[in-house]
Amino acid sequence: MTAHDYPEVWQRRTPRARLVQWMGWLCLVALFVWCWQVMTANTIWAFVTDAPRQAADIGSRMWPLEWGYVPELLLPLWDTINIATLGTIGGVAMAFPIAFLAARNTTPSAMILRPIALFIIVASRSINSLIWALLLVAIIGPGLLAGIVAIALRSIGFVGKLLYEAIEETDARQVEAVEATGASGLQVLSYGIIPQIMPAFWGISVFRWDINIRESTILGLVGAGGIGLKLNASINTLSWDEVAVILLLILGTVVVSEWVSAKLRRAII
Amino acid sequence: MLHLDGLSKTYATGEAALSDVTLTVPQGQIMGLIGPSGAGKSTLIRCINRLVEPSSGKVILGDVDLARLGKAELRRQRRRIGMIFQEYALVERLTVMENVLSGRLGYVPFWRSLLRKYPARDIQTAYRLLDRVGLMNRADSRADALSGGQRQRVGIARALAQEPELLLVDEPTASLDPKTSRQIMRLITEICAERGLPVIVNIHDVPLAQQFMQRIVGLRAGRIVFDGAPADLTEAALTEIYGAEDWNAMRQGDSEQAEAEADAARRLEALAK
Repeated sequence: MTAHDYPEVWQRRTPRARLVQWMGWLCLVALFVWCWQVMTANTIWAFVTDAPRQAADIGSRMWPLEWGYVPELLLPLWDTINIATLGTIGGVAMAFPIAFLAARNTTPSAMILRPIALFIIVASRSINSLIWALLLVAIIGPGLLAGIVAIALRSIGFVGKLLYEAIEETDARQVEAVEATGASGLQVLSYGIIPQIMPAFWGISVFRWDINIRESTILGLVGAGGIGLKLNASINTLSWDEVAVILLLILGTVVVSEWVSAKLRRAII
Repeated sequence: MLHLDGLSKTYATGEAALSDVTLTVPQGQIMGLIGPSGAGKSTLIRCINRLVEPSSGKVILGDVDLARLGKAELRRQRRRIGMIFQEYALVERLTVMENVLSGRLGYVPFWRSLLRKYPARDIQTAYRLLDRVGLMNRADSRADALSGGQRQRVGIARALAQEPELLLVDEPTASLDPKTSRQIMRLITEICAERGLPVIVNIHDVPLAQQFMQRIVGLRAGRIVFDGAPADLTEAALTEIYGAEDWNAMRQGDSEQAEAEADAARRLEALAK
């Protein structure tokens, strides 16, 4: 065989693998077509064809905007921001110890406490804050407190999960060096681990606050206070000009909170 | 004085990292531990302060057997052993001063360490050590703002802040350039000589070990295969430790490097004029 007698053809997959791949794509397309048929079986097409006219109608009722409604909205808006902020503080305060129990490298008992901590995190994450609010309004009555607690409970899972992952990713050599000095368990946490997770901690908290501003705007829909209450009232009375003002106000608040959170995170990291 | 008696370590994977190591380090001795990668050098020094749990054997420091201590007593005994790490292992986001003071953690209650309210004597010790390693003006810098050589000097100050009776040094120069390596080795050996502190230095650079150590122990596959003065480290002894290799070429390479360094220094001086 000469030195130049190498194959000229190279293919990533064998013919058999290619056939399997194409069959896979075919099945996916078939599944999509079938799902579409199931999905549209109960659609009343008269309403769908009517949609552009209905949208234009609501749009025209939103105009002109009812700017006189703004002063009345400022207090509920302030409530909403307070629900988000206090809820975030409460959630972070509860998530902090739970994260240390859940992280593999800091948990005091991998057999009992770690599964409990992980369960709390999963439970908190699996329930939407609107559903938390629904439950809490029934338990502690309508108002701001229900909203704050709902936001806090929902935040535990998010903050706890990201924080315990940050704890597990810390540099073990720095921790080992602190251990080697004869430091106690709490001292190892406060000198070896906490300095390493501080940027993650602040980043996660500010990010969650930003999310909570958005979530707390709808909590009023189920009676948990804030601007959502006003939104619900305006929709019920078909005052589309007021609804439009509320939506614009929420949009403005979210944009401002995103800006603040981006600034803060950049300053910390 | 440190005495190891029949120290063995077998990892959970079944790999025997140390087999029956018996060794005595007298007061004030500067001992180098050499050997190929995987010979068990790191395991040996980590078994002494039990960052790695030994499988069997005794680790006797003074009159305490460290290998059989419970958790709380081990913490108290660890204060007697300072450790300097490869790649420094400083807490990067804390200041130089906090890193040096962390050497006192075993002596102060939790609330004092949390609030950074250390006793006046500890603070004085920390400043004195920073002055000794030449970093007095960097006390409030964050550790990650320092160069490699400076970080390792903070590591030295942290270990000495413990006022240890034994110093363990794990590859102190592995990530430093040749010139800084020599400075760091000189600093460690000088300080240990000043204090009569026994020290075990884990080192893979044979010429550096011969230059600075009083005694050299060679480890191969977890067993001691050489124990003697640096001058006794002949070609035959090196072959015993590392396996066959052209040792004269390596030594020649080292002298060439030293010449090149000296040459570079002369050129820099000439440029400065």
